[in-house]
Formats: sequence, structure tokens, C-alpha cells
Amino acid sequence: MRMTQGCFSFLPDLTDDQIRVQVQYCIDQGYAVNIEFTDDPHPRNTFWDMWGLPMFDIRDAAAVMMEFDACRKTYGGKRYIRISGFDSTHGWEAVRISFIASRPEDEPGFNLIRQEVNGRSMRYTLQPYVTEKPEGERYGA
Amino acid sequence: MPTTDTEIDPVSVISENIDLRRELAESHVGEVLDQLDAELIGLKPVKTRICQIAALLLVDRVRRRMGLSSETPTLHMSFSGNPGTGKTTVAKRMAEILHALGYIRKGHLVSVTRDDLVGQYIGHTAPKTKEVLKKAMGGVLFIDEAYYLYRPENERDYGQEAIEILLQVMENQRDDLVVILAGYADRMERFFRSNPGFRSRIAHHIDFPDYSDEELMAIAETMLKAQNYHLSPEGKEAFRRYISARRALPHFANARSIRNALDRMRLRHANRHFGSNSLVSFDDLSTIEAEDVLSSGVFAASEAEARDRS
Repeated sequence: MRMTQGCFSFLPDLTDDQIRVQVQYCIDQGYAVNIEFTDDPHPRNTFWDMWGLPMFDIRDAAAVMMEFDACRKTYGGKRYIRISGFDSTHGWEAVRISFIASRPEDEPGFNLIRQEVNGRSMRYTLQPYVTEKPEGERYGA
Repeated sequence: MPTTDTEIDPVSVISENIDLRRELAESHVGEVLDQLDAELIGLKPVKTRICQIAALLLVDRVRRRMGLSSETPTLHMSFSGNPGTGKTTVAKRMAEILHALGYIRKGHLVSVTRDDLVGQYIGHTAPKTKEVLKKAMGGVLFIDEAYYLYRPENERDYGQEAIEILLQVMENQRDDLVVILAGYADRMERFFRSNPGFRSRIAHHIDFPDYSDEELMAIAETMLKAQNYHLSPEGKEAFRRYISARRALPHFANARSIRNALDRMRLRHANRHFGSNSLVSFDDLSTIEAEDVLSSGVFAASEAEARDRS
């Protein structure tokens, strides 16, 4: 099951050129660009690992693409990698854009867990199938 | 560098002749070159070389449009010359020229020295160098006094690590940034001899000659004019003597020495007027007189030097 999170996630995967254009847009807007990765696809998982430091003070997307390539070399096909742009201007101070740039080859999807509580009431929750395995072993490696 | 130009049907272009003059005007490179010519005094060989490079890039661009594909030329350069011969200034112009021709996307200049590239402990150098390279992407990375990167006397020096990363990026990301190394001629020569990888990756070695006395005089006048000062006729004569006296002394740094001399002269000029009780006129405030020049320590020092020698 294809995970959808952030911008563009209902579109086909972005090509490198498309990613580059998005990154250049972030830079032109003055956002700090971040590369993050995780192997826990749960939508409530907000704690992704960062690849290097946030990148500000750069002028061209080539710099981000260099880091993204390095990240993909290490984690490509084994982790989700997303690129986000953080706007530090007063009043925003928030992530303005975030999109998945690379995803594992095989995405097993989510398990819907039903729990009966207080008699006949039902509680629903999601658990990614991969999180049954320990961190680091979830997408084969 | 991918451009939309490739979409033009090559067949329709082939029959057409290209006016290189118009091409030059359209790219705005001509303006930058003219500005370079007007603002920088002397430096004939440098200007000729830059014009040649600009011509190559322009023709290359036209060729590409006509479907005569050629690889992106290597644009890494090395500027060697004595202190104060305008290496940094030319590098800034170079960034503008390359940007006007579309060979770099942003056209900014990131000027660094050894300290910005080399770390202080193991594992510190690579991230530092990469950080600088990332900042320079899309523009020009200017490494001043590049020979300090390599210290043969210390085999555990981290400079080598920075050099390796630089070389790798210079080779693999030629489209993304242009590296300009600068430094004094003899030391650069030694640096290239011990790092053959650098020499082969740098296409253009440009030598910056020393300025002649007349050129330095012209530079001084331009600098003064920019600050709304001018030399009186006697002051001019005195300054001419100053230049030849200063040149004979050690640590002569061409235009930089001139700039420092002018700053000191302004200081003496201000003090002279401050010390006198008479009223000052508009003309007094902008004229540097001979006495402002002649009270310089350089004359005494050069006399002392001459006495020592005899």
C-alpha cells in the first residue's frame, strides 16, 4: 500500500528534476531545507531522523541534491526520505513544505486494529506492518 | 547545463548564419567585459585571457544551440600573482561573466581561505568543506591563498582531506560550480607540483603581472576620485615619488599598498586642517597637498635603506 504523506503524495513519484525544482523553490523562498528519513511510516510519527543539518545559506538546489544523493545511497529503498522546507520568518516559524522524495521498494501497508471497549464500543487504530520488526530491520537491511 | 534551447529544431537553425556580435549583445557579457576594461587599470594579459574565455563560452553556446554538442568545458581557474594585483576583484567579475553566459546558475562568489575549509580535529574537515561547497553551488568558489591547503611538513595535516573532497566535486559537479584558486605565483607553482590532480583539473592558469608606476598612479587617482578627493599638481608629483620609493621597500603589495597609503594621507590631510586655525574651503577639503604625501614615513625609510646599501 502506497503511503501518502505531505505534498504531492497522490501524484506519481517525483523525478530528480522535479525534486530539484521544488528544492530550488524552497531556497528562493528563503526556507531552510532539510532531508529526513525514517522507517516508521505511521502518520503520527513526527520524529524523523535528520540527514545532516538543516541547509540554509545556500543559493542553488545542486547542494541539496548532493546531500539527497548521499542519503539515497545509504538509505534508498530501505527508508522513507522526505525533504522539507522550514520558514523561519517571524509569525510562520514552521515547516511550509514537506514531501516524500524516496520510498522503500516494498510498502506492506497498515494493519487496522479493532479494540472492544466499554461493552460494545469499538476503538480503531492503525499499525504499520513493518513496525512489528525492530527499527533498522524493517525494510530488509 | 540543460537549457530549453535544445528544443529548437536543429535543422531549421543550420542554414541560418549566426551573428556573434548580436549574440554578445544579447548575453550582456559585453557590458561586463567593458566594465572590467574600464574599472581595472592595466592587467592586459588578464583581460585578453578573460576575453578569450568569454569568446569560447559564447561560441560554445551557439554551437550547442545548433546541435553541435560538446561537453561542458572545464572552467576551473587558477589566478597567480603578487599581492594586490586584483585577483579577488577579477574573480568577482568572472562570476558575473559566467553567470551572464549561463554557465553558472546564480553568479555569486564565495570567498574562502584555508580556515573555512580545514577542520581542527579528525572528522571535522569533511563536513566543513562540504558546507562551503554547498554554499558555493551555482556560483564561484574562490579559494584565496590556496597553497596553504597543503602543508607537506605535517603529514597528519587535514588539508589533504579538504583537497580530496574539492577535487572530487570539481570533477563530478562541473556544471554546478566553478572553483578559482588564487595565490602568489611561486607558492602556487609549488602547490600544483605537489598536487598534480589540481593542475590537470584546472583549465585556465592566469598570471597577474605587477603594476607599473604609471598604472599605480592611475589606480590612485581612480580611488581618490571615488572618495571625492583629488591630488594637487605638487601632490601628484610627490605621490609619483612616493610610489617608486614604496616599491623599493619590503612588503610592497601593489594596489593594496596604494590604498593604504591613500588612507594614511587622508588622515594627515584631516589632521593638517584640524590643526590649522584658518577657515577651510570646499577645495581644501577635497585636495590632497604635497605635504600630506611627503610627511609619509616611506620617504625616510627608503632613504635609510639607501644609506644601508651604500
